[in-house]
Amino acid sequence: MVGNPNAGKTTLYNALTGASQKVGNYPGVTVEKVTGKLKLAESTVDCIDIPGLYTMNAVSEDERVAAEVVSSKSVEPADLFIYVLDATNLERNLFLFSQIAEFGRPMMVALTMTDRLVGKPREVDAARLSAELGVDVVPVVAFKDRGIAQLKAVIERNLANPRVPSLSLDIPAEVLEEVEILRDRLARAGIDATVGETRAELLAPSEAPGLFISEFSEMKEAIEESRARLAAKNLLRPSIDTQARYAWARAVQEAALTPIRADILGQKQKKAPSRTDRIDAVLTHRVFGLAIFTFVMYLVFQSIYTFATPVMDLIDGGFTTVKDAVSARLPDNDFRSLIVDGVLNGIGSALVFLPQILILFFFIAILEGTGYLARAAFLMDRLLGWCGLNGRAFIPLLSSFACAIPGVMAARVMPDSRSRLVTILVAPLMSCSARLPVYLLLISTFVEPQLGPFWAGVALFGMHLLGLVVAIPVAYFLNRKMIKGSRLHFALELPPYQWPKWRDVWLAMYGRGKTFVQTAGTIIAAMSVVIWALSYYPRAPIIEGSDAAQQEHQLQQSFLGRAGKVIEPVFVPAGFDWRISTAILSAFPARETVVPSLGIIFSLGGDADAESVDLRKKLRESTWPDGRPLFTPWVAAGLMVFFALCAQCMATLAAVKRETNSWRWAAFMFGYMTLLAYVAAVAIHQVARALGQG
Amino acid sequence: MVQLESPSSAQAIRFVDLRQGMTARVSAVDEDCLVSRRLQEMGFTIGTQFEVVKVAPLGDPIEIDLRGYRICLRRLECDCISIELV
Repeated sequence: MVGNPNAGKTTLYNALTGASQKVGNYPGVTVEKVTGKLKLAESTVDCIDIPGLYTMNAVSEDERVAAEVVSSKSVEPADLFIYVLDATNLERNLFLFSQIAEFGRPMMVALTMTDRLVGKPREVDAARLSAELGVDVVPVVAFKDRGIAQLKAVIERNLANPRVPSLSLDIPAEVLEEVEILRDRLARAGIDATVGETRAELLAPSEAPGLFISEFSEMKEAIEESRARLAAKNLLRPSIDTQARYAWARAVQEAALTPIRADILGQKQKKAPSRTDRIDAVLTHRVFGLAIFTFVMYLVFQSIYTFATPVMDLIDGGFTTVKDAVSARLPDNDFRSLIVDGVLNGIGSALVFLPQILILFFFIAILEGTGYLARAAFLMDRLLGWCGLNGRAFIPLLSSFACAIPGVMAARVMPDSRSRLVTILVAPLMSCSARLPVYLLLISTFVEPQLGPFWAGVALFGMHLLGLVVAIPVAYFLNRKMIKGSRLHFALELPPYQWPKWRDVWLAMYGRGKTFVQTAGTIIAAMSVVIWALSYYPRAPIIEGSDAAQQEHQLQQSFLGRAGKVIEPVFVPAGFDWRISTAILSAFPARETVVPSLGIIFSLGGDADAESVDLRKKLRESTWPDGRPLFTPWVAAGLMVFFALCAQCMATLAAVKRETNSWRWAAFMFGYMTLLAYVAAVAIHQVARALGQG
Repeated sequence: MVQLESPSSAQAIRFVDLRQGMTARVSAVDEDCLVSRRLQEMGFTIGTQFEVVKVAPLGDPIEIDLRGYRICLRRLECDCISIELV
């Protein structure tokens, strides 16, 4: 199934394939591959939803993948292309149709949005359109399931008796000649190129990556010769191809629209603002637009917090019950700890993200379905565009202030894979809620007593701002220097407002949830078990003293604790000793565990939290072996900054791996953020020492 | 119906100077530029008329009505297409 973005392709695809959809990735790229089963009367067929594209002349990675699938360069040729044609937007929709038609593969048309033309002066006559295009045209109103049965019947008929579209473009004879000469040369070299592809190559702008030239360098001379001949006649103009297509599209549109209805013609042809324009007058208003946007965003994220938290508590509670039940039934040994503290803990810590993800994607699906998401991108683009992101990045970045996992997944709303990648790589810099316990603990211990509650509040705000402030130059730098690939010129379509389609919303939520559990979820659970093993082994002998003392001893003894001691020299320039290093390492599974870990390390047992007065006292009093205080306000600041910028959260890394389809980017993100965090923490400490603040 | 003769009184204008409510027409395109090709593919062919519906609160992007649909573009990215006021 292929067509323009916003043509109603997804809604139709959902109506045809429903819950049978599977989401994967095309190999080596971040573009998602959606496949599903289409049940027809006599058989069941595989239906692939090709990403929406405007033209076969691809610039971005998404478009390139889509174009390669259409031209069957990376997959087996399709048996049938179902072209989704938006009846309210015929000319531009027909442009892509004309490109695909030239491949000579079986096609048929599903005509969408016909319900929007009812009552308008002119409607699309499907029969006449079908005569013009040379293929079957079936009008559908997908979300009402109207026309679906007929569509399926026509699909089945076309699979048995395929029809190929007929197309005649008005191209100058000399160009046609050169195309034939070139095609002949290519054929003799064993390259099978269609008329359309050859013409596109011949007339391509000098900036365009040549399809044939780059793959078959021996053709370079032939192509250059043809181009030279056309240039001499002033026919080497890429616009020839584009204009011919649009001329054809306009002609087809004229032929396919019903004649202007006499009764409506009689009425005053006043150009009244449409419903969409009236709504936009408010929603994209200079002042109200931004205010409403802020309010909507606040509502969305407040809702996520309000509805997700009780469910997350339920999940936590449920797992605690299960863990206790299992503990009761198993003898106290390594295996029990593996199951309870490793596996069950791991699964629980993965599932706990699910409520936030489902609710966030519920809202995204609604915003996207109504068309408001595009308006919001329109409003935000100026703010986000100059550092290489674009207006649509606001949802992933905003979500990441709560938690980066749904935030990284939400980067899906960005159609351009390059800016999507940059967004994913900077999203975890936004200070997520898991960093809060560390900030609260350190601020209440070192800032508030000395400077008072006002400065404590400023410090907290500052820490949140820090992520945003750092993300901007990082995004800029990544976009300019690091990431290869062409930058997609910004073009945002604003579809008319409509009611969200509930089936689409439900399938979006279900799809994302399933994808998360199956991919990132399994990684998180697996890593939890590994971390458990590192802190559980080797087993420390039972010693005299309290439970808290035993826990501390175990942690020191374990691989994790030993690693903390080994790493200590690295962190000394930042003012951290082995105890802080171990706490940092132990925060890898989840940032929140750093506080209980600090509790264990400072002999208070694992129940300490950010409010714990004892813990604060311990921190203030702890010293280096030579008696210097361990924590000065500057060391505390350094630790907070380290936490703010470091990519410790393995759940985030798992989500990044899933969304970028490679461990390489997750590793890169871990590397650059940790480096940034380390440099910042060291800088703070060294500067403080130089100023005599120690 | 591909090339339109521009009346001699047509006033050339830049994308950065477009304001809400203006109607303009594409007068020329840069044949060598990828962005120009993309804009043409989206419908901005020579002779095509469009209307500026709205400007974003922060000045950019602008919302344009052409060929029956709405598209938003960043002004500075559209230099390679020449337009004139209608």
